[in-house]
Amino acid sequence: MTTVTAVQDEVESRNQSWFARTHFGLHTALIVLMVIWLIPTLGLLVTSFRPGVDASSSGWWTAIFPPFKFTFENYAHVLGQANIATNFLNSFFISIPATVIPIFVAAFAAYAFSWMEFPGRNILFVVVVGLLVVPLQATLIPILGLFASWGIAGTFLAVWLAHTGYGLPFAIYLLRNFMGSLPREVFESAAIDGASPVTAFFRLALPMSVPAIAALAIFQFLFVWNDLLVSLIYIGLVNPDNLPLPVTIANLVNSTGGGSEFIPAAAFLSMAIPLIVFFGLQRFFVRGIVGGAVKG
Amino acid sequence: MDKVINALIVVVGVPAVLVGYIWATEQLLRVFSERVKPRIRPWLWMAPALAFLGIFLVYPTIGTIIRSLQDKFGKQWVGIDNYAWFAGSDDALAALKNNVLWLVFLTVFVVGFGLLIAVLVDRVRYESFAKSVIFVPLAISMVAAGVIWLYMYNFNAPGSTQTGTLNATIGAAGLGPIPWLQVQDFSVNTFMLIIVMVWMWTGFAMVIISAALKGINPELLEAARTDGATELQVFRGIIFPLLVPTLAVVATTMIITALKAFDVVYTMTGGNFKTSVIAWQMYAEMFKFGHYGRASAIAVVLLIAIIPIMFFNIGRFRAQEAVR
Repeated sequence: MTTVTAVQDEVESRNQSWFARTHFGLHTALIVLMVIWLIPTLGLLVTSFRPGVDASSSGWWTAIFPPFKFTFENYAHVLGQANIATNFLNSFFISIPATVIPIFVAAFAAYAFSWMEFPGRNILFVVVVGLLVVPLQATLIPILGLFASWGIAGTFLAVWLAHTGYGLPFAIYLLRNFMGSLPREVFESAAIDGASPVTAFFRLALPMSVPAIAALAIFQFLFVWNDLLVSLIYIGLVNPDNLPLPVTIANLVNSTGGGSEFIPAAAFLSMAIPLIVFFGLQRFFVRGIVGGAVKG
Repeated sequence: MDKVINALIVVVGVPAVLVGYIWATEQLLRVFSERVKPRIRPWLWMAPALAFLGIFLVYPTIGTIIRSLQDKFGKQWVGIDNYAWFAGSDDALAALKNNVLWLVFLTVFVVGFGLLIAVLVDRVRYESFAKSVIFVPLAISMVAAGVIWLYMYNFNAPGSTQTGTLNATIGAAGLGPIPWLQVQDFSVNTFMLIIVMVWMWTGFAMVIISAALKGINPELLEAARTDGATELQVFRGIIFPLLVPTLAVVATTMIITALKAFDVVYTMTGGNFKTSVIAWQMYAEMFKFGHYGRASAIAVVLLIAIIPIMFFNIGRFRAQEAVR
């Protein structure tokens, strides 16, 4: 397959101009877009290494020319906060299950929505996706009341459950769309071979949905990792020891009266983990999982 | 010690419970006859999701609907007074108008750029790097994004040094400076806020569209190319139609994001200079004026606004099932 393309490419390229051959337009368009997207982030990065006084008196781009006046002061200040290590660990304890649980729960539901027949399926699906629009703020007080009566307010479990509930509509929507587009013959032949729905789910539907699941995992992790409101309400009011990283950062900004010179440094420190997750899951965006399964 | 136990629960316990549940349902179904099984099975598969949704979203929503029919203190029934207030309030209607701008432009730009970038990066060796660059803004917290874009849009009095990237750039060409976030003509400042969200959410669209792109059977594309189709024909004839369901998912998600737009307005303009949006009005009613009845009514308006989009989605899924 690849050799066919290679030969074909070669034939084509002999008949084409230099611009077409080198994909000049493609690379230029991409690089322009990348530069536009990078500029604000670059500004943030440079600012995170500048003394607070400078950042408010001159543009960030002046700092990348000599004389250099970079400082690690902002990072040192953020890392010097009490409890930051505990908060960091808490962030992991919160984010990992709050990503894994909704993915599984949504995958079960999405599989039922795409490959099982039952009355009221479409209406139920509309309701599920419609719940995407429910404003988070409207749910906080009633749910906190529930958690208090169950005796789990302030625990990690409370935040896992809450994030699962909030993340499910999008997760079900995305996975149902992906699983629903898988080829019917795969599931039909599995059923003929006597595979139970559980087997079909774990052996076929799940592996074939890997790119969508990877995308979902990235977003859910990101959402939970950067969340301030949910953990502040369900944990912070009862058990501040269990609070995650963004809370420390928010306190840092509030307690220093403005303190905006620390925000860029804090932002880069808290961005690191979501970016690692993104890089890690990138390799699951692979081509041809579906094609292979149909053929096999 | 607590931490070790926590870590074990997190890494081993949680997945085991989830996989165990589905396995257990199949064992349970054994007691039923073959005829009954398919009727019960879907509900067992959906039970965890329905339980979560019921508790965390449906239950509070019902509370919100009830509350929207009550007065400021939740003591008296006022019928549709809160909705009548909404329909007659200039502020609320101005916010609604801004939401329409958000809805159209955020959706169009995010889906457009997301698709363009996903298709372009698919053809280059530095795909992974290029995607990361576009994805980075999404990983930045909203507060930090607000700070950096305040630097971008910063305005100093004409004649003094411009520390804002945008004003310094147009200043180099002898233009400006412009107080970007205060210009109300043609809703320029609202567009400036929309740009921030486009910058953040394009990575989201790109990742999802890219995942769908990788799901397209490569043999299909090869066959078309071998038959002499140009890249543009391959895109229009094969890739785009296959991406339509995914584009609809991204567009729907972005429409909802636009309807719920709040953070960027909160951090950058505080709803001033006519940049207010519906979610901001809800926040103001709730926390500034303590009027839970009106705030709830606004939340219900958001819920109703989404209904037409949901019907569109249902039609789409029916069509999908007809062809697969």
